[in-house]
Amino acid sequence: MTDSAHREMWEKLDLDLEAHNALLEVLGKFYGDIYMSQQNRLQGAEYLDFVLSEIHGLRIKELREAQAEGRKVVGTFCVFVPEEITLAADAVHVGLCAGAEAGTELAEQLVPRNTCALIKSFIGFKMAKLCPYTESCDMIVGETTCDGKKKAYEAFNEIAPTYIMEVPQTKTGAARALWKSEVLRYLAEIEKLTGRTITPEKLKQGIRTVNAKRQALQRLTALRAANPAPISGRDALLVNQISFYDDPARFTAKINELCDELEKRIEAKDGIAPAKTPRLLLSGCPMAVPNWKLPYVVESAGAVIVGEESCIGTRNTRDLVDESGETMDEMIDALVDRYLRIDCACFTPNSERLDNVAELAKATHADGVIHYSLLFCQPYSHEALKVDKTLAAEGIPMLSIETDYSMEDVEQLKTRVEAFVETLA
Amino acid sequence: MIVGLDIGSRSIELVGMKNRVVVRAERVPTTFDPLSQCGKLLEGLRPDILVGTGYGRNLIERLALNCECTVITEIKAHALGAGHLFPEAATVLDIGGQDTKAIALSNGKAVKFEMNDRCAAGTGKFLEYTAGVFQIPIEEFGQYALKGENPPEISSICTVFAETEATSLMARGEQPESIALGLHKAIIKRTVNMLNRVGLRLPLVFSGGVANNPCVRSLLASAIDARENEGLLIPDSPDMVGALGAALHRANS
Ligand code: SF4
Ligand code: SF4
Repeated sequence: MTDSAHREMWEKLDLDLEAHNALLEVLGKFYGDIYMSQQNRLQGAEYLDFVLSEIHGLRIKELREAQAEGRKVVGTFCVFVPEEITLAADAVHVGLCAGAEAGTELAEQLVPRNTCALIKSFIGFKMAKLCPYTESCDMIVGETTCDGKKKAYEAFNEIAPTYIMEVPQTKTGAARALWKSEVLRYLAEIEKLTGRTITPEKLKQGIRTVNAKRQALQRLTALRAANPAPISGRDALLVNQISFYDDPARFTAKINELCDELEKRIEAKDGIAPAKTPRLLLSGCPMAVPNWKLPYVVESAGAVIVGEESCIGTRNTRDLVDESGETMDEMIDALVDRYLRIDCACFTPNSERLDNVAELAKATHADGVIHYSLLFCQPYSHEALKVDKTLAAEGIPMLSIETDYSMEDVEQLKTRVEAFVETLA
Repeated sequence: MIVGLDIGSRSIELVGMKNRVVVRAERVPTTFDPLSQCGKLLEGLRPDILVGTGYGRNLIERLALNCECTVITEIKAHALGAGHLFPEAATVLDIGGQDTKAIALSNGKAVKFEMNDRCAAGTGKFLEYTAGVFQIPIEEFGQYALKGENPPEISSICTVFAETEATSLMARGEQPESIALGLHKAIIKRTVNMLNRVGLRLPLVFSGGVANNPCVRSLLASAIDARENEGLLIPDSPDMVGALGAALHRANS
């Protein structure tokens, strides 16, 4: 990942080369420890290894090539920003959420210390000039979800102009009307940015592309219900993480290939861990690259992760957009409805999520659930209590973990997770 | 012989069992070199199976012993140990050197547990540190605090802030014994919260080094509406429970 071939490109993006090299080195080592050390891994994982090794290299090169052809790059922080519309204007849609502790001290000049690690990370990456994605964006889209993000975008806007979508906080009729107007406003903004008109045909194509991507991920989710588990949770998380960076068509093809391989493995009863291994579902805040801390701790404690109920997981993939619409208006309505089904903890009430967690735990045959909230994340910490109650009523054990990106609590986490796994045995 | 080794942050305990009977129980401080401290404890012993537990449990891999080695968490170890000493136990509280654990039992098995977060607030370390402020040996700190009356409210259980608070209370002329009692009460408040989170049911077994402190014991008893030996059960050697549980993990199978 320290390939100096990309140096010139990084220089042009005005990254802090020294700090960036150090970051890649740490990332490479971390990846080696957590991913390459796995036994009996899938062949399809080669794709994952390659994409990750080139996450700041070839993929950025592709973005620059697209820009040279006159296409635009749009960066987002939330699964509420409709990728279908971005694609319909031939723009590239990437996720900017960051999962590494970098530039924290710089970030704390803009946001208070008691801000979640995810927010501090994307601000820190920008301020420390470490993220080639942020630097490649023609437009950055924020959204009004949690208070932490809302206020952070105000500060972020000063260093990186940020377009804000207003995501409602409830799911009433009035909220839907607001959301629809916001989707339309986004569409107009994208048209303005790209100078292209989004036709019904283009939008339909965008919907198909994103649906196909989500279907591939749904297929992966379903296959993970098999016992023995055919893929590690770490690899499955990586698949979901990469879905926010890679070209959607290539990603979809590769993940379908990976699923073909999984089907064969399942048939041969060939698992990543023995059939009696305790199966756990992760639920809660999104885990952005390279936040593999908890999955690694869990899978080192003798359990296997069989699902991620999060935005880098099923919250992003569970629902498809209805493809039957033909007119612009029908398709916009279908988009609006699909996006309003997202069960983010920023909504009130958000009782669908409780049912969805319990359902997913059952569908993946999980023996228990680990609820993960980032420190200082109000919405998900609150819901941890509710999820616990719901699962208790279903007889599904749950462990609640609150942590951040630092490594100082790893030993504590290990003890907690190992003890939880012991109670399941 | 089956040996249980509880490698904690403050001390290391060893329990040796033959035919489910304890034949050896010893304890040394952890120091900065836990590995050689473990070696000392094991000197002259030839365990058939070694079970490690506690914060440093994975150190046993580096002991290079010629026997089967395995590890369990301190949660499981305390559940097993407490359940063995008191089969009627419903909840276990362990306050050790650096952490506090509350464990709900069902049929002798841990079903739910809570642990303190990353800092040592309200644990044995807290008492040790604050005892230092009073220049009282830690072993006598509980007895000292029991002499206190009308304890002032100590609002912080952060080790550092509590010290500051205690010092300023002294400057205001509060009785040192009463301040000490206030510090003990602060621990109990937090501990009871943790117990409630796992759904406290009596009898409660209180293990770990802090169970030797008479003030903590008596405050805890009244806070949970129990009395010593009635609802609140304290092992003869509370700090050996983890090592005992570790040994039992394999002695039972
Ligand atoms: S958790 Fe909520 S705010 Fe965060 S990405 Fe998901 S939908 Fe957006
Ligand atoms: S993790 Fe929580 S606090 Fe952080 S951005 Fe997401 S919803 Fe907001």
